[in-house]
Amino acid sequence: MTAAGVELGDRARVEARRRHAARRRVLGRVGLYAVAVLAALAAAGPFLIGVVTALKQDADLYPGSANRVWFGMAPTVEHLRFLLDSTAFTTFAWNTLWVGALVVGITLLLSLPAAYSLARLDMPWAGPLGIAIFFVYLIPPTLLFVSLSRVVVELGLQDSTWSLVVIYPTITVPVSVWLLIGFLKGIPRDIEEQAMVDGYSRTGAFVRTVIPLAFPGIVAVVVFAFTLAAHEFIYALAFVSPTVEKPISVGVPTELVRGDVFFWQSLQAAAVFVAIPIAFVFNLFLERFISGFTMGAVKG
Amino acid sequence: MAVVVEVKGLKKHFNGEVHAVDGVDLTTGEGEYLVLLGPSGCGKTTLLRTIAGLEEPTEGEVLIGGSVVNGLPPRARRIAMVFQSYALYPHKTVLQNITFPLKAEKLGREARLNKAQWAAGLLGIGHLLDRKPRHLSGGERQRVALARALVRDPSVFLLDEPLSNLDAKLRATARDELKLFQQDIGTTTIYVTHDQVEAMGLGDRIAVMYEGRVRQVGPPVEVYDDPADTFVATFIGSPPMNLVERGDQLVGFRPENFLPQAVVAGNGNRWSLPFHVHRVEHLSGDRHLYGTVPAGREHVRVIARLPATVTTPVDPDTTYEFAVHERHLRFFDRVSGERTAPRPVRD
Amino acid sequence: MALQRERVEPGTAGRKPEWERAGGVRAGVRPTLADREGVLAPLFLLPAVAYIVALVAIPFLLAIAFSFSDVTAGDPSFDWVGLRNYRRIFQDPVFWQSLRNTFVFTVVSMALTVVLAKALAMVLVADFRGKWVVRFLVLLPWTTPVALATIVWLYLLDSLYSPIDWMLRQIGLLDGNVFWLGRPGLAMVSVVLVHTWRIVPLAAVIIMAGLVAIPDEINDAAAIDGAGFWRKLTEVTLPLTMPVIAVAALLGAILTFTDMTVVYVLTRGGPTNATQVLPSWAFIRGIVGADLAQGAAIALFLFPLLLAAAVAILRAVRRMEVL
Repeated sequence: MTAAGVELGDRARVEARRRHAARRRVLGRVGLYAVAVLAALAAAGPFLIGVVTALKQDADLYPGSANRVWFGMAPTVEHLRFLLDSTAFTTFAWNTLWVGALVVGITLLLSLPAAYSLARLDMPWAGPLGIAIFFVYLIPPTLLFVSLSRVVVELGLQDSTWSLVVIYPTITVPVSVWLLIGFLKGIPRDIEEQAMVDGYSRTGAFVRTVIPLAFPGIVAVVVFAFTLAAHEFIYALAFVSPTVEKPISVGVPTELVRGDVFFWQSLQAAAVFVAIPIAFVFNLFLERFISGFTMGAVKG
Repeated sequence: MAVVVEVKGLKKHFNGEVHAVDGVDLTTGEGEYLVLLGPSGCGKTTLLRTIAGLEEPTEGEVLIGGSVVNGLPPRARRIAMVFQSYALYPHKTVLQNITFPLKAEKLGREARLNKAQWAAGLLGIGHLLDRKPRHLSGGERQRVALARALVRDPSVFLLDEPLSNLDAKLRATARDELKLFQQDIGTTTIYVTHDQVEAMGLGDRIAVMYEGRVRQVGPPVEVYDDPADTFVATFIGSPPMNLVERGDQLVGFRPENFLPQAVVAGNGNRWSLPFHVHRVEHLSGDRHLYGTVPAGREHVRVIARLPATVTTPVDPDTTYEFAVHERHLRFFDRVSGERTAPRPVRD
Repeated sequence: MALQRERVEPGTAGRKPEWERAGGVRAGVRPTLADREGVLAPLFLLPAVAYIVALVAIPFLLAIAFSFSDVTAGDPSFDWVGLRNYRRIFQDPVFWQSLRNTFVFTVVSMALTVVLAKALAMVLVADFRGKWVVRFLVLLPWTTPVALATIVWLYLLDSLYSPIDWMLRQIGLLDGNVFWLGRPGLAMVSVVLVHTWRIVPLAAVIIMAGLVAIPDEINDAAAIDGAGFWRKLTEVTLPLTMPVIAVAALLGAILTFTDMTVVYVLTRGGPTNATQVLPSWAFIRGIVGADLAQGAAIALFLFPLLLAAAVAILRAVRRMEVL
């Protein structure tokens, strides 16, 4: 007979074991919370400090300040006002928004049919093409920006935000196709086939049944693509120099610095302003992203 | 080593609302094969998992071998469990799967190997020790799961619908092997299933569960012949027991006892009913007759099962005089469904 | 079955297609282009493929061509110069520095990331109160645009204003300032720190997906089989999530060595190119320095690394156990 576990029947030993197990459970929970809190602090700490800094008076910020992590003097919103009124921040935000919206639109127009074709219309070259898309996604902007800058000049879009509208889909389309393939595979074929029996063409069935059903997935792709567009830095930096044309990701780092002087409070405020909404929306869709990515990876 | 598993006043609530197990008292015998039977959602799997230590009860106690084990983690309870999907570690070989539990018991390599080979030999899978689970058939996987359970010398075997993933043909032979295996080993076994055929075939006793409660516990014959309420009566038996309204009672009788009047013999009373046959099915030599009988102002659907020995010709869309012998009648309260005292039926 | 009475177009009077005269089903519905799947499949793909070819494949080939030319922003005429750009790069110590840094930063960041992300994933998979808040906070580094997140760190690592220095001074561990971005060694540490900080959330999410894919029954079986926390981790959880961890690490690696933003915003590659990496060097040479040809040549060295990583990812994905 083995010695593990308890010789059940020995009451005292069992009681001791039970208490031991209870203690371990509590320790485990404490450990879990500890790691969770640590992780949250490590991740968000910089932003929290950023928030505090954004609301500091100038005197509270410069050398000699009593407290670097918290307020030494009363907080102030003057720098927030400065950010919103006296800088091009609102212009940057507006640029990011409309570029994002257009890019999302173009992305959907290109990706949705492509994803449908790969997910549903079983053509033998679908598999290899899927892999090709994956590879394309991996070609980074840092490889392409040199030649793309020439293309942009040829198109006459140099120094215009429109260059970004044209270029950004190269980043968003491959990922969106991948995600959409995942979502479309999750829709049972029966529904389209029913629509076709009921008198719609393949295209009609696609538009009328698949798209409405894939709607949650499409929304997720919208969020993801918009996030990618809002994050992009290198193309924006390379192709757009006039201040009013810049989106937020480039505008903030370049324009809120005049020579050697950093407008720290406004910079931090800008960063936090942008970070929070994106993180919030991203969080809402996190589970959907995961399922879309994993389904896209399963073949057939 | 045969111990007694006891459950006292067990309740398990999820999120404060869902009463998965709603007050269960159960005691197994030593070395008994107890089956927990019921439809999906009746709480049988939750009960099993609570005994295993995978869930903690909201109220009540679990006792194994006389000791209260609430709060003890599964590995301290000396139990072994076989899951519906067998839960074999996909990245380990069969041998590694079987020796995995032994590592916790701090046995040396030599000893582990011997034990594993003994268990594998007992289950006839000695030749599969180097394979990975994905290269095994359903039946082979089940045996590996059993070997892994066996190797721990557990005091209790817990099985959660282990036959449902096998195809129908395999299930019958697997059932047979399982029963013989348990009788050989002699370990107390608790077995969960929704399949009443399995339950009737395997159990020393069957605990029929519904909505978190045990409706009846007893040997198969008892549960079949003397159901404690209408749920048990209609759940056990295929086709289920017929229930006909009579005043404030429901009168139940099994299809095989519902025969042409001329055939129903015996001293004492019998209950005759005009049976309007709608449909006849021929199944495995028997005839299943689907039709209606009058009950009060309405007609109730009933089924009759005529064995091959009863050769009375029966045609659809015809009414015949059928009868049930008094000793085969069971009476239930119409409102509560519980078993009540028999009343004489006038012929 | 009644035939639909179609309005007869002028000029087509009397000409009814065969299948309509036959009086079959749904007269008037002809198979159109919208039905022909053989045509639809490539048609649906065409816009996306055409766009990608035009704006990715062609520029990629262009980049290769440029690297063998003398194209600059000032002189856009294309002249072959053979391997001259490559020779110039190889003679430039900054290039080798960048190459080395790219490797070192990536490897170190990913090593740290894998360990931290695995722990974080395990926390995120568990159930506890305030989980949504923790998840939100933990994702902030990844969801914030790279440039802005780096700016936040710029302040934290500033030579004069750094709150980190201040805290260390308060505790008494420090006298004076740590020049996080001013000293070569520390600057490298800072860059690795920011990369890791950004990528851990992403890697954790990917690993989470892998953890969740392990059937509950296997975890239950391990509990019953007597495996404690560490044994379960090393003998069951880790082996089963290895492919996912590999994917997360490789993806993180790709995102790290192709990223120029962190280095550019944090240090511009300084001090004196100590933290320069290939992408940022390519940018500085190619766009800021306007020497497109050189920029292309430098950037192209990323490609073999990318290819290797991509192939490795595909292999890892294929090896994900059939659970």
